[in-house]
Amino acid sequence: MGKEGFSRWWQSGRTIEQVCEQKQPEGWVCGCPLTTSLSLLFVAQLSLRTVNSSRSAYACFLFAPLFFQQYQAATPGQDLLRCKILMKSFLSVFRSLAMLEKTVEKCCISLNGRSSRLVVQLHCKFGVRKTHNLSFQDCESLQAVFDPASCPHMLRAPARVLGEAVLPFPPALAEVTLGIGRGRRVILRSYHEEEAGSSYSSPTDSTAKAMVTEMCLGEEDFQQLQAQEGVAITFCLKEFRGLLSFAESANLNLSIHFDAPGRPAIFTIKDSLLDGHFVLATLSDTDSHSQDLGSPERHQPVPQLQAHSIPHPDDFANDDIDSYMIAMETTIGNEGSRVLPSISLSPGPQHPESPGLHSEEDEAEPSTVPGTPPPKKFRSLFFGSILAPVRSPQGPSPVLAEDSEGEG
Amino acid sequence: MPLLTQQIQDEDDQDSLVASLDNVRNLSTILKHATCFATKNGIKVTVENAKCVQANTLTALRMCYQGYGYPLRLFLEEGGVVTVCKINTQDPEDTLDFDFCSTNVINKIILQSEGLREAFSELDMMSEVLQITMSLDKPYFRLSTFGNAGSSHLDYPKDSDLMEAFHCNQIQVNRYKISLLKPSTKALVLSCKVSIRTDNRGFLSSQYMIRNEDGQICFVEYYCCPDEEVPESES
Repeated sequence: MGKEGFSRWWQSGRTIEQVCEQKQPEGWVCGCPLTTSLSLLFVAQLSLRTVNSSRSAYACFLFAPLFFQQYQAATPGQDLLRCKILMKSFLSVFRSLAMLEKTVEKCCISLNGRSSRLVVQLHCKFGVRKTHNLSFQDCESLQAVFDPASCPHMLRAPARVLGEAVLPFPPALAEVTLGIGRGRRVILRSYHEEEAGSSYSSPTDSTAKAMVTEMCLGEEDFQQLQAQEGVAITFCLKEFRGLLSFAESANLNLSIHFDAPGRPAIFTIKDSLLDGHFVLATLSDTDSHSQDLGSPERHQPVPQLQAHSIPHPDDFANDDIDSYMIAMETTIGNEGSRVLPSISLSPGPQHPESPGLHSEEDEAEPSTVPGTPPPKKFRSLFFGSILAPVRSPQGPSPVLAEDSEGEG
Repeated sequence: MPLLTQQIQDEDDQDSLVASLDNVRNLSTILKHATCFATKNGIKVTVENAKCVQANTLTALRMCYQGYGYPLRLFLEEGGVVTVCKINTQDPEDTLDFDFCSTNVINKIILQSEGLREAFSELDMMSEVLQITMSLDKPYFRLSTFGNAGSSHLDYPKDSDLMEAFHCNQIQVNRYKISLLKPSTKALVLSCKVSIRTDNRGFLSSQYMIRNEDGQICFVEYYCCPDEEVPESES
């Protein structure tokens, strides 16, 4: 299994010993290096949860007792058993996947309330036994509020398909945008934040020079695709990769439930023995806080786009392709996407021979209300969508996210 | 070409020592500051670290040394290409005599290195010490570390297939600074077997048997004195 975060909540002072043995110890490997603590909860099933320090990513795994060779949980009438341990400590036990697969035959995890230790025992070949006594701490309940059913958009594919799709992205890439393009293609595109302060005065900042990577997947690669063309969200790629590697190794399908940008996206995997949820904050087009997860606010000034075919010299990305796109723009917005506050989509005619134009990034139109700070530039995935705001002097485009909505 | 060691007093080139080796690969990078003892059985190269660790290898090498004040000359030959090195020598410091003799050995085990290699590479480096327990009952042979996360124990039962010999006369628990033992990992990686002995003072002797490509055997030996702090009982 890949490395993912597991959390366990443990109430100190318990003297009940909790034992669970996992036959294939690889099942435990998943340590999200981006989070610091792991919460474990033993009830009728084992739950592992973690959240990162900025509260923009939450992971929860539930293991049915049958996942284990032996599972001895709290007896009815007892309080829930919870503990929290340092992620680093827990991960250090499963540090080397290769060694685990080669030498470990059995993994036994128990909670020793008396000594306040989580005991992880690896039974290895040749009778060798490795015992780790990890100290744990008190903690509060960790539960994110989310409901996949409330997300209007959803897609499901084998994790392998998505895993292969993210392979070409640079390992250091922080965020990726996922959206539905023309022809119901699913597009993954690298996302680069603008540098603060660069928008107005430095048209050739590093963003313009950054390499942009894009992957397209056909609708046929997905078992389910329930999303309109034009929708897109941007989220942390590193966390997504973590979940993907786990899901791939377990040969599972991955479902992504999402809503408007800014609303958390929910990634789920499931089989008969385990259930995993990752909830990631998504970038909002107006820099607002995500309601549920409180994603970090990003304040970045956005350049004003000019309503001409010639790109304004102050455009943050004085990109030839962008200028070309602006010049090519002939129609405005599109009905389907207008209801979504964040994405611009244009079905306008595109040059068929220029691959670079397909699903080209465009700048969301900024506010036209004088005096208000420009909204964060939002990159849409779709061809040529400069949208109505090209006509900004005439008033805000209905397709645009309102610039003042930030605190909504 | 077999191992060849000679101690030649009067040669035409007036070298007091000439020795040659077929394959020098086994001379590992642990030899930074080495004192060489030429004996009839081979050359013993001793490396010390803070007077607490001593590593010895018995190997052979084409070295020529004319005597005090002259540089040490090394001749390395591979595929017809000869490399000549001249290394300035220094006055040798007295090497520490760990005074480790077999008669004082209390406990001794011989393990196949395969079982220890990964364990050593995964030792909790947050722990300052490695505690070695040898006992007549369980856990028999235990390596323990104590880091920030908690304690870890690695147990090798005496009836394990990896255990070639297990001789324990009394229970011993000793701690050694991990930083001093880490260099021995290199020898462990190359070795096929390791012998671990502790004497009545808790001094540790670990000997690594290395079989090189030609089938020749050489040994690397480490001595380490125990950490002075008295071990406390840990969970």
